[in-house]
This record gives sequence, structure tokens and C-alpha cells, in this order.
Amino acid sequence: MTVTTVTRQDVVDFLYREAKILDEWQLNEWAALFTDDATYTVPPLGDPNADATKSLYYVHDNRARLQERAERLLKKEAHVEYPHSTTTRNVHNIIVSNLDSDVITVECNFTTHRTKREVVDTFIGRNEYEIVLENNGFAIKSKKVILNLDSLRPHGKISLIL
Amino acid sequence: MDQIIRDNTEKHEFLVHRSVFSDKEILARERAEIFNKCWLFIGHETEIPELGDYKRKKVGGRNLLFVHSQDGEIRALYNTCPHRGALVCRENEGNSRVFRCFYHAWSFKNDGELVGMPGKDGFPEDFNDEGTKNMKAVNRIENYRGFMFVNFDENAISLDEYLGNAKEYIDLVVDQSENGLEALGGVQEYSVRANWKLLAENSVDLYHGMPTHKTYFDIKQAQDPNLKRVKLEGKGIELDNGHGVIEYVAPWGRPVAQWTPIWDEKFKADMEEMKVKLADRFGEERADRIANYNRNIVIFPNLVINDIMAVTARTFYPTSPGYMEVSGYSLAPKGENEKHRLARNNNFLEFLGPGGFATPDDNEALELCQEAYNNNQEVEWNDISKGMVRGEGNALATDEVQMRNFWRQYNTRIQESLEKEAALK
Repeated sequence: MTVTTVTRQDVVDFLYREAKILDEWQLNEWAALFTDDATYTVPPLGDPNADATKSLYYVHDNRARLQERAERLLKKEAHVEYPHSTTTRNVHNIIVSNLDSDVITVECNFTTHRTKREVVDTFIGRNEYEIVLENNGFAIKSKKVILNLDSLRPHGKISLIL
Repeated sequence: MDQIIRDNTEKHEFLVHRSVFSDKEILARERAEIFNKCWLFIGHETEIPELGDYKRKKVGGRNLLFVHSQDGEIRALYNTCPHRGALVCRENEGNSRVFRCFYHAWSFKNDGELVGMPGKDGFPEDFNDEGTKNMKAVNRIENYRGFMFVNFDENAISLDEYLGNAKEYIDLVVDQSENGLEALGGVQEYSVRANWKLLAENSVDLYHGMPTHKTYFDIKQAQDPNLKRVKLEGKGIELDNGHGVIEYVAPWGRPVAQWTPIWDEKFKADMEEMKVKLADRFGEERADRIANYNRNIVIFPNLVINDIMAVTARTFYPTSPGYMEVSGYSLAPKGENEKHRLARNNNFLEFLGPGGFATPDDNEALELCQEAYNNNQEVEWNDISKGMVRGEGNALATDEVQMRNFWRQYNTRIQESLEKEAALK
């Protein structure tokens, strides 16, 4: 795959693949999708472009932190996700821009259902990605998860990777 | 149930009856005896710094409007129209001189005074002479070093008296800044499917630190090859009126002022400088305490101020015995430089909040307790005895004196009301 041959469908397939490996709890594989300078963020509700020095994010991971996040969740002592919850991620309304430039930008809506102990929590929102080509494939340079919720009630936590 | 607490100092055993976590009548009694009578945190003064700034707040089950009125006073208005009751302000936050109820278009100044209503000729001229048509304000609202509290009991003792010797610990938190603390934006509004008192306990519980948060300490050890053994050592202290604190050393970094390997090397020198400044202001001993010691404070019933890897305040309310709504704040020195602020937030998010590496595991522990209280009929008591053998004045930070103190206060308020009622029967 080169810059000139990348199609929208390639990007869509990549997003589906990410959703699938997260649903399968292949979290090291998920972390491997990111570039060395990548970020993974969940901004405060209702303020997707918040200044991180003035407002508290829910998640503001650099590459090292997102690796730690993935590895932690695979441990038995990550109690909140042990036994692992069952998740179903749907990705839709995908808008791909700048296909022919170095950084492809993607916006999509998502719905992630989590079930554990017979309780289903549903996270809804919009993802913004910056994707680059690396080693003949895609790599995520940034992923911002904008939750379209009024509060984290009744979810209570973002223990999953969204 | 005869007793909700069994406090046996001879046997060094302290038990709490599990019905307090699951019984609806107990919750009704808590509303009457605790949430209607104690000082409750509404917010930090810096959330509404300018005239006209407001934020909606849920406090003690009420819908309040926390507002910086045009006369400079900070008020808590009941967010309900005196006319027919509709919620007057529907935006979560903003700045306005006037609030207007959309239903019949009554308008109010931001101190609550009625200033406009359509069809005035249908009402007598002295209609609002007694002020009963103004938006009502909570009578008691008081401030301690930026932390603002309301009390729905007009006869309550002052906030100052209520906080008592807990003020010493709040002072240690606030004194880390020369300019006071400020609340960051993005208050984290989340929930736990568990009884509210479990979070009061959990927030000052160091005993659970290692087993519950092993993955966090694994990460700290991986970041710092010199960290061979995680040391969590200090004291547990009972304070006035059911408040309590643990004060201890821990291996995580503190933005003021204990460097940690996830931060820029250059911050080491900055932190040394912060310590020198603290020592100039307060002397070596107090400076050491401010900079190097952690404090988890519980202000009875439901405010936690944790000065740990960052400063967080959290308050929480039950909507049913098995469900609480939590508001989590981050507080930081006013005017903190941007690099330090980012480092602080980085430290906060590693452990704290719904997306942190630790808080969700606390949430899980509380929910598992709540779920297993289905067995209350046969398995009746929680044990909170740790450290009693040492004597309450000698408690370690990993002991439970600060929780027993909470429960003793709780017992006084709830048990007295149960007994009064029994006497009337």
C-alpha cells in the first residue's frame, strides 16, 4: 500500500479491524497499531477541544501510557476488567478526509456496548483519528474519543479502551 | 436490628451492620439526619470567579444554582421557579445577570430577585413585598479557604466549628500554593453502583492500596528501577465531628513537591526550589509535611479531599441504597505554570478518575461489596477493627481508626434518631 493507492475502503477496513481486536481483547495488538509518538485521549464531556492545562481529561495518554493501559488490562489484577467484560463495538458514519496527504483524518461515530455481571453499559460518541502510512500499513498517530454523554452515569468508569 | 454499630474496645472489635448499605428506611433516615443537617460541599469558589458566573449543582438531593451574584456574593439558589416550580436555569454553566423561567417568563436577577413577569396587572401591587416570589436562596452558605459548603439546617453550627481540627489538614493542602487553589474545568460526573458510605470508607482506606491497586504499583516499579519496595507508611487520625485523615509517605510523585520518573528531569530542580519557598513560608518541618506527605481527608459525611499524586476533591450522594452519584474535581495551585500543570494532570490521570489505572478498580470493589450484601440476612456484619489493638491514638495509616470515627459519628446521628422514635412508640 502506498500513498497513491490508499482507498477509503482500506481505511474503513482498518477501523473495523481495530474494533475487532479490541472486542477480542488483543490489547497488545491494539497498542501496536499506534505510532511511536501517538496519543489516545478522551476529553471532558461537552468540551472536546478543552485545553489540557485548564481542564481535566478522562484519558490523556502518550504512547508509553497507552501501552501501560493495554498491558494492565490484560492482568488478572486489573480487577474491574477481570473477568473480562464482553464488548460489542460498532463503527459508523465514517468520513475519511485527506486520503492523498501524509496524515489521513477520519471521523466516525461509535457505539460500544459493555456487559458484565448482567449489566449493559453503552458508550456513544465520535472518534477522531489521524492515520499515517508506516511499514506498508496504517498506523494511528492520534485517536480522540469524544463521548456524547451528559455524564458517566450509570457507566461509572471508562475501564475499557474505547 | 438493635444496633447498627458494635464498638467493643475491650475485644478490639468494631462491627457495622450491613443493613446500613441496603435498607431504604436507613437511607430515608440519612436524608433527614445527615444530608439535611450536615455541611455539604457545593463547589470551589474558583468555579465561578466572575460576577454573573453560575453552575448548576446537585447537593443533598436538591437542584441548586451556584452563582456569583452581581453584588459580589456567592449564593446557592434553589433552581425552581417560585411560580409553578419549573427548573429556571437549564444550562449547566455560564454567565448571566438574569435567569428566566421559560414556562411563564418570570425573570430573576442573579441574586434571585424577581424583576419581570408578563401580565403584571393581574397581580396585586404588593405581590412580592415579602420576597416570597423571588428565587429562594439556601440560607447557610459558608466558605473555608475556597471550599464552599451549604447547610439546609438554619440552626447548624458554623462551618468553621463543624470542620474543627480538620482545618489543619485542609490548610496543609491549600498552603502548597502561594495564591490558593483553583478548580480545573471538566468536573468528572460519574457513578458507582454501591452505597455512598463505601466510597467515604474507601477514600481513606490505605489497607486496600496494595491488593486492589497492584497493577498501578507494578507500573510505578517499571518506571523507577530504584523502587524495590512500595512503602505506604504514616498515621491514621480521628478528627472532630466524624472527619478523619490518613497522612503518609508513598512512592508516587507529588506536583508540590516530590519528583517522579515520568516527569521531565528539569522538574527536579523546580521541585527543590518549591521546597525552599515552602520552607521560607512555613519552616522546614511544615514544608516537609506539605511537600512530601500525602493526605486523604474525609469531611463527614461526603466530602473527600485527597492530596496525593494530585489534589482531588470528590463528593457523592445516594439516589438509592445501592447507587451513588459522584462528582470528582481536580484542584491545583492558581497560576501554576503550564508544564507543571500538564505533569500534574498526567499524574492525576495515571491513578485517579473514571479513566485512571486505579479508581475503576475501587469502583469494582465497592460494587462487589454491594452485590454481595444480598447475603445480609445471614451474614450481617462488616469488620472495621484494624489497628484497635494499637489504641486509637497510635493508629497507622493502613489502620482503620479514621473509618471508625466516621461510623461513630454516623451512629450518633442515626442511632439517636432510631431511639427517639422508639421512645415515642
